[in-house]
Amino acid sequence: MFKIVRKETLNPSVKLMEIEAPFVARKAEPGQFIILRTDETGERIPLTIADYDREKGTVTIIFQEVGKTTRALGMLNEGDFILDFAGPLGTPTHLDGVKKAAVVGGGLGTAIAYPQAKKLHSQGAEVHSIIGFRNKDLIILEDEMRKQSTRLYVTTDDGSNGTKGFVTDVLKKLLDDGEKYDIVIAIGPLVMMKFVSRLTKEYGIKTIVSMNPVMVDGTGMCGGCRVTVGGETKFACVDGPDFDGHLVDFDEAIRRQAMYKDQEKTAVERHECRLGGVFNG
Amino acid sequence: MANMSLKKVSMPEQKPEERNKNFKEVALGYTKEMAMEEAQRCLNCKHRPCVNGCPVNVQIPEFIGLIKEGKFDEAYEKILETNNLPAICGRVCPQETQCEALCVRGIKGEPVGIGRLERFAADWAMANGKASSEKTERLNKKVAVIGSGPAGLTCAADLAKMGYDVTIFEAFHQAGGVLMYGIPEFRLPKELVQKEIDNVRRLGVDIETNMVIGKVLSIDEIMESGYDAVFIGTGAGLPRFMGIPGENLNGVYSANEFLTRINLMKAYRFPEYDTPVKVGRCVAVVGGGNVAMDAARSAKRLGAEEVYIVYRRSEKEMPARIEEVHHAKEEGIIFKLLTNPVEIIGTDDGWVKGMKCVEMELGEPDSSGRRRPVVKEGSEHVIDVETVVIAIGQSPNPLISSTTPDLQVQKWGGIIVDEETGATSKPGVYAGGDIVTGAATVILAMGAGKKAAKAIDEYLKQGNN
Repeated sequence: MFKIVRKETLNPSVKLMEIEAPFVARKAEPGQFIILRTDETGERIPLTIADYDREKGTVTIIFQEVGKTTRALGMLNEGDFILDFAGPLGTPTHLDGVKKAAVVGGGLGTAIAYPQAKKLHSQGAEVHSIIGFRNKDLIILEDEMRKQSTRLYVTTDDGSNGTKGFVTDVLKKLLDDGEKYDIVIAIGPLVMMKFVSRLTKEYGIKTIVSMNPVMVDGTGMCGGCRVTVGGETKFACVDGPDFDGHLVDFDEAIRRQAMYKDQEKTAVERHECRLGGVFNG
Repeated sequence: MANMSLKKVSMPEQKPEERNKNFKEVALGYTKEMAMEEAQRCLNCKHRPCVNGCPVNVQIPEFIGLIKEGKFDEAYEKILETNNLPAICGRVCPQETQCEALCVRGIKGEPVGIGRLERFAADWAMANGKASSEKTERLNKKVAVIGSGPAGLTCAADLAKMGYDVTIFEAFHQAGGVLMYGIPEFRLPKELVQKEIDNVRRLGVDIETNMVIGKVLSIDEIMESGYDAVFIGTGAGLPRFMGIPGENLNGVYSANEFLTRINLMKAYRFPEYDTPVKVGRCVAVVGGGNVAMDAARSAKRLGAEEVYIVYRRSEKEMPARIEEVHHAKEEGIIFKLLTNPVEIIGTDDGWVKGMKCVEMELGEPDSSGRRRPVVKEGSEHVIDVETVVIAIGQSPNPLISSTTPDLQVQKWGGIIVDEETGATSKPGVYAGGDIVTGAATVILAMGAGKKAAKAIDEYLKQGNN
């Protein structure tokens, strides 16, 4: 059992939890993830590690309440326990030797981009962060990202805050203005990562993306997290979750993400019914 | 007077047309009377050939003798002397190639139903609340066991009985390894596996779940934290794919994923349990082993109308147990033998809609001694399926070998050990089961766990640590 020591609501559907998991905290690195299960009948879901505190023995996760498990998780409070919490899984992001980087976060992806920005900042790199959201109400981690960035750009699709438009618009402008990056780290929805990768490919800049496909065990056992990278099948849980954005087959990844769409809907509806919620009228 | 019937007392089973719609156990087990009658078939041979066929040396004529006399408790205790998981072995051991293959009664007629009797003794003891709880003197030495499958559980139980303090580290949220995630409920009820695990716990073994060794702790860190020896029994968990076009379409599963969703995560009870599994109207399972049979029979139970086993050789070469093949056929699984997939075909939006196959014929024997399948010219055809499960084998998981620099491994990933002791190239570290041999059976893994426990005991008594 793993205790929730802190809970914060970052926007109406995104929550942060700091979990007591000393063994995981001791080894966690940016780019890695954990797998959790909230209760006996629950699903195992992967969540990327948003932060860790080795001294306190805690790991922070940030999640959007989209499916049944994340909704159930969001209902837990400080002092409650999560049944299972395993990690750190996956390969850490290689950030050694990076002097100047663009860190791009889309929506919830900002939470995963944050530890990368933090690590780069702590090793003295120049960090240009670009974070994008659909509108101003959904903005998360703006202050935190600002602290870890040399420059921070915020975009909203509707222009309700920051620059109107997409993160790719800002990145393109920076590149056209002559900024030279050793690496671009892009984390967010698949479509966003696809377009960032397409852009940086034109400019010939190495780009790392973080994949978050369907998974069961997270240790290489099920192969459900298959991603095609440079024509080869890779397992995101052990070979990734970071991959070269210029080589990832995003269209296949987008298709695979829809594998259980119908069942996810059933699970959510059932969950809402049991709460006496809207679906049951 | 011995029962000289040429046939085993038959095993009550659920009817095929009923059982292929539920996940309850297929074979229902002997009654007291049936067990005593079958036990009478044992001739109590002096040279005990059956015992030599058992990887863990169960004292077979002795325990059967006790069943004959109606001393079921004592029969169970007798089995437990060498086998920590009798309820499991009685169900999933390939007795026909082990103990029963050497039974004198098998020369003319069927051998004694040793597996069925072992199962009876274990089930009887469990139903009547008999659980071993012997306490031994503690030696104040710590051993870590990585993985809680058959190899790990056996090694841990043996060491605990010797007086060692044993901790098992398990990556999943639940102990049991392949017994929990791989073998389906209808062959091996999970409640029973849990009882066997509880028995191991009762010996004083501590089981730490959610511990992915190689990630959260390395073998070296475990040794440094005060363990005197380590046993690695992490199994063959890495699924193999065929490398044909279309394998990443939606609807293609590795057998590992398919069975883990169903068995460990209980997807067959979705939405009561949250984990889903997707089974189309027609399902093709590629492969001819026990895992393939398990996947096919599970798919049928989940409502698939047509389920095919697609295997590139003939039935004779199938590695699955005859009993499993027989059960699968009874349940309506269609065998497409001498058939090999070459491509999985998808719809425009990426879902499986068919599998292109070629027919094969058998040529000269290959290195495994089985006749090599050769493609028949012009035999290409498409089977309409919405789900494909690939069950062509598993490889050892590299999580531990890749993080333990002085651990020698084979090219294919198996840990290299001394066959007699399970000792690896790293002092104090032992290994056994599928991580050493590649995918094999529950009982061979248990045998390896047993050998290693004995070797670890000797190593620690010599004061090598």
